[in-house]
Amino acid sequence: MGDLLHVTDENFDKEIIASDIPAIVDFWAEWCGPCKMVAPAVEQLAEEYKGKVKVAKMDVDQNRATPARFGIRNIPTLMLFKGGEVAQVIVGAQPKNYIEGELKKLL
Amino acid sequence: MYDIIIIGGGPAGLTAGLYSARARLDVLLLERLAPGGQVLTTDWVENYPGFPDGVSGFELIDRMKAQAEKFGLRIQTEDVSRVDLPGQKKVVYTSQGQLETKAIILACGATWKKLGIEGEEDLIGRGVSFCATCDGPFYRDQEVAVIGGGDTAVEEALFLTRFVSKVYLIHRRDELRATKLLQERAMAEKKIEFIWDTVPQRILGHDGVEAIELRNVKTGSASKKDVKGVFVFIGTIPNTELVKGQVELDENGSVITDNNMETSVPGVFAAGDLRSKLFRQISTAVGEGAAASFAAEKYVENYKERG
Repeated sequence: MGDLLHVTDENFDKEIIASDIPAIVDFWAEWCGPCKMVAPAVEQLAEEYKGKVKVAKMDVDQNRATPARFGIRNIPTLMLFKGGEVAQVIVGAQPKNYIEGELKKLL
Repeated sequence: MYDIIIIGGGPAGLTAGLYSARARLDVLLLERLAPGGQVLTTDWVENYPGFPDGVSGFELIDRMKAQAEKFGLRIQTEDVSRVDLPGQKKVVYTSQGQLETKAIILACGATWKKLGIEGEEDLIGRGVSFCATCDGPFYRDQEVAVIGGGDTAVEEALFLTRFVSKVYLIHRRDELRATKLLQERAMAEKKIEFIWDTVPQRILGHDGVEAIELRNVKTGSASKKDVKGVFVFIGTIPNTELVKGQVELDENGSVITDNNMETSVPGVFAAGDLRSKLFRQISTAVGEGAAASFAAEKYVENYKERG
C-alpha cells in the first residue's frame, strides 16, 4: 500500500500531469463493486513498478473536478498518462496482465 | 497435482471451494480479478435466504469468501489463458505457468450482453454503462435510458431513481419479465417512464451520450429521446470462450451438464451462470457449486483407485 499514491483534485496536476515518469490513475469509489475487483491488481502494480510508473488512485466521490475534466462517467476507469497527456484509457475491471501490458507500452 | 482446480470466484466457485476444502481435497480457486463476480455490481440482495432485511452484494461475497478460506480454500488471482481438458490429467495455463489437476470445476460466470448497435461501443465509458451501481452517481439530475425488461433491468432502473431525474425503461415487449414484486415497485415509481414494444436503434453523441434513437417494433415508427446515459441490461453471455470446442455447449454457448454438474468431459464440472439453464440466481449458483464439488469429490476418489 505504501507505494500507492492517493491523488486529489488539488494535487492531480502536480503529481500526474507534471510527473517525470508515466502515471496510471485508478478512478474509483467506495460504492463501486467492480472497483474492488480491480483494486488488488493496482496495488500490486504500484509495488512492482515503483520508480518506473507512478500508480495512483482517485476517489471520485471526494474529488469531482478531475473526473469531470476527463469526461469520466464509468468506474472503474484506469487512465494512463505520459508526458502530461492521456496515453490510454481502460474502462471496466480488467485483469492485471492486461493492465500491465498497456503499462509496458508507455515505458 | 491438485485434486480440483476451480476457475471463477463468484458464488458458484466460492461454494464449490467451501465444500471441496471441507472434504479435505487439495483444491485451488483461480479468479482473474478479486472474487465476487456479478454479485459485486448488485446493490442489495433481497432473495438470498437467511437475510430477511437483505444484504449488500459486497457483504455477501465477503462472507462467502471468509467462510471458504476459513476451511482452507486457497484463492489465487490468475487469468487462465488456456485449459487442456480431455486427458486424465487436466492442465490449466496461466501467465505464471501451468497447473495440473485431476478435476476441474468451471465457474467462470457470464458477462453483460451488448446491444450491438451503432454508437454503443464508441460511447462505453462516456455514457454507455453496464453497471448502474458503479456509474449511477455520475448522472445526478439527468435523464437516462435503461434497456431491458428482466429483473436486472428493473432493479437497476429503480436504483438509478436515487440519482437521476428520469429513467426511460425501454423494453421490446409489452410486459416485463421481471419478478412481480419488482414490477410493482417500478410501476409505482414516478421517475420511471415505460416505453413498450421498443428497441434502441442507435446511440448518438460525440464526447458523451446525447440521445438514443428508438423504433417501435409493432408500428415501425421511429422516435428519439435526449438522454445522457444508456444503461444496458439485456441479459448475459456465458464466459465459455476458454472451453469452446472441448466441452459440449448449447446454442447460446452455455455449458451442458448432467444432473450432477458433470460436463461432456469426465472430470470436468460446471456450476453457476455459465451452465445451460433457465434461471440464473445467487441461490441457484450456490446449489450448483455444492453439487459440482460433491461430484468432483467422487470423481477424485475413483481417480485414486484407478491409480
